[in-house]
Amino acid sequence: MSHKIICLGIESTAHTFGVSIVSEDGKILSDAKDVYIPPVGKGIHPREAAQHHSQIAHKIVYQALKDAKVKLKDVDAIAFSMGPGLGPALRVGATIARALATFLNKPLIPVHHAIGHIEIAALTTGAKDPLTLIVSGGHTALVAFARKRWRVFGETEDITLGNLLDMFAREMNIPPPGGKNVEKLAENGEKFIDLPYIVKGNDVSYSGLLTAALKLKNAVKLEDLCFSLQEVAFSMLTEATERCLAHTEKKELLLTGGVAANKRLQEMLKSIAEEHNAKFYVVDPKFSGDCGAQIAWAGLLAFKYGVKIKVEESFIKPKWRLDKVDVPWRKTG
Amino acid sequence: MEKNGLKLIKKGAEANLYLANWHGKEVIIKKRIQKKYRIKALDEKIRLYRTIHEAQIMHEAKKAGVATPTIFFVDEIEKAIIMEYIKGVRVKELLDSLKPNQRINLCLEIGKIIGKLHKKGIIHGDLTTSNMIFIDNEKIFFIDFGLSFYSFREEDRGSDLLLMKRALSSTHFKFFNKCFKSVVEGYKEEIGIKEALKTLNKVNEIEKRGRYAER
Repeated sequence: MSHKIICLGIESTAHTFGVSIVSEDGKILSDAKDVYIPPVGKGIHPREAAQHHSQIAHKIVYQALKDAKVKLKDVDAIAFSMGPGLGPALRVGATIARALATFLNKPLIPVHHAIGHIEIAALTTGAKDPLTLIVSGGHTALVAFARKRWRVFGETEDITLGNLLDMFAREMNIPPPGGKNVEKLAENGEKFIDLPYIVKGNDVSYSGLLTAALKLKNAVKLEDLCFSLQEVAFSMLTEATERCLAHTEKKELLLTGGVAANKRLQEMLKSIAEEHNAKFYVVDPKFSGDCGAQIAWAGLLAFKYGVKIKVEESFIKPKWRLDKVDVPWRKTG
Repeated sequence: MEKNGLKLIKKGAEANLYLANWHGKEVIIKKRIQKKYRIKALDEKIRLYRTIHEAQIMHEAKKAGVATPTIFFVDEIEKAIIMEYIKGVRVKELLDSLKPNQRINLCLEIGKIIGKLHKKGIIHGDLTTSNMIFIDNEKIFFIDFGLSFYSFREEDRGSDLLLMKRALSSTHFKFFNKCFKSVVEGYKEEIGIKEALKTLNKVNEIEKRGRYAER
């Protein structure tokens, strides 16, 4: 039996510390993780997230190896999320990745977190050359691939959709995970409350919407506010997506990232994909939130195309932009 | 709304464009169709507002010296605008295939037009090369004023020019630097260096405010 390349990937950009092992044939052999959950009404504290990660890291690494039934010596490459994200949290994953790579004498592979979101979605859905909408705490961007890079066609001009939902939930004392709980409350909302709808070309802006929604705290029914917030925020993004779809004329639309799990958002995007005769794909819900698998799989693809970084140069990049990353393994466009 | 021989020529993001014959004239009917994804209250409000507003602003743009299709009729019930048919080629398809000096001239001209709009307090709101039509080797028509509004604020001007910059860097990335430089040149020429620099500073500021911008 010929040897299949095996990659171990470490995710630690924000609240999730995840380790996953994947093989060249696209099998996710394990995907272990532990999530730091801040107290109700509080956001992620970077230092506390980092402390959480360093306390559970060894357990998660062992868990990933055990679940995959892989020995550390059989791993061909160590991938880690080099950015973007919270500095202290990123440093934990990077430190462990560097230690493993040095100890095992294996190449260290830098992975951009959002490219991980895209690649794991492409792997699990089979999308080939999609217009991709990444919606998470760190990203809200519409990207399509052209000549070596993902190009940004539209994005948020301020906070992300994940930020919007999380910050709203936090201020309304809705317990984490904010996005999921806002979605549940919204299901029981009935009355539509007018909120600012801001689309700028292919871009959206959510900060004004957040302010307006927060001002209505205790003035209206929470369920109605959640419903209206979702309707406006998602409609804005769906409109921007439709603009990008019309402009790029892509025949596939791929939804990925943490907020991708939201059923209402999926429903809206599906409707415009159908209207433009594009196939609609949503990332497997197991891998929509931050996870080691997204890093391991993107890392494996990068490793096969010779992407690696020297340990002494592997500084984390908390503000690494998606469209600054060369992607040699993608041919389309 | 009397029309015959309706032919769908473009399915845009928010409207369908039909080529039709209207009182013996070849016209474009831009119809804002219902969006199933939006709840009705929101959808109705957005479509009506944009239809009326677009027609008004296209007319205002003419006063600023910017070529836009002439409006013949606005149908508030159908959310449709009947306008002049501009036979030309979208800048999106044209730009990359031009000779270098032609490309620079075209970008200069685009910059000037944006300057003209801004000078009169019009923010286009959706500056992409899909929304510019080139005819007769000289004239550029601006279309799609659905997201336009009136403002003299630096923030709005900056945000407008940033959309143009993004359109060039994503769709015309091969020639991005030269193209955007020429757009800025033309813009400066029209609106004056002082005003132009204010807008450009805002462009930088807005970019830095965005996600993961290097500061």
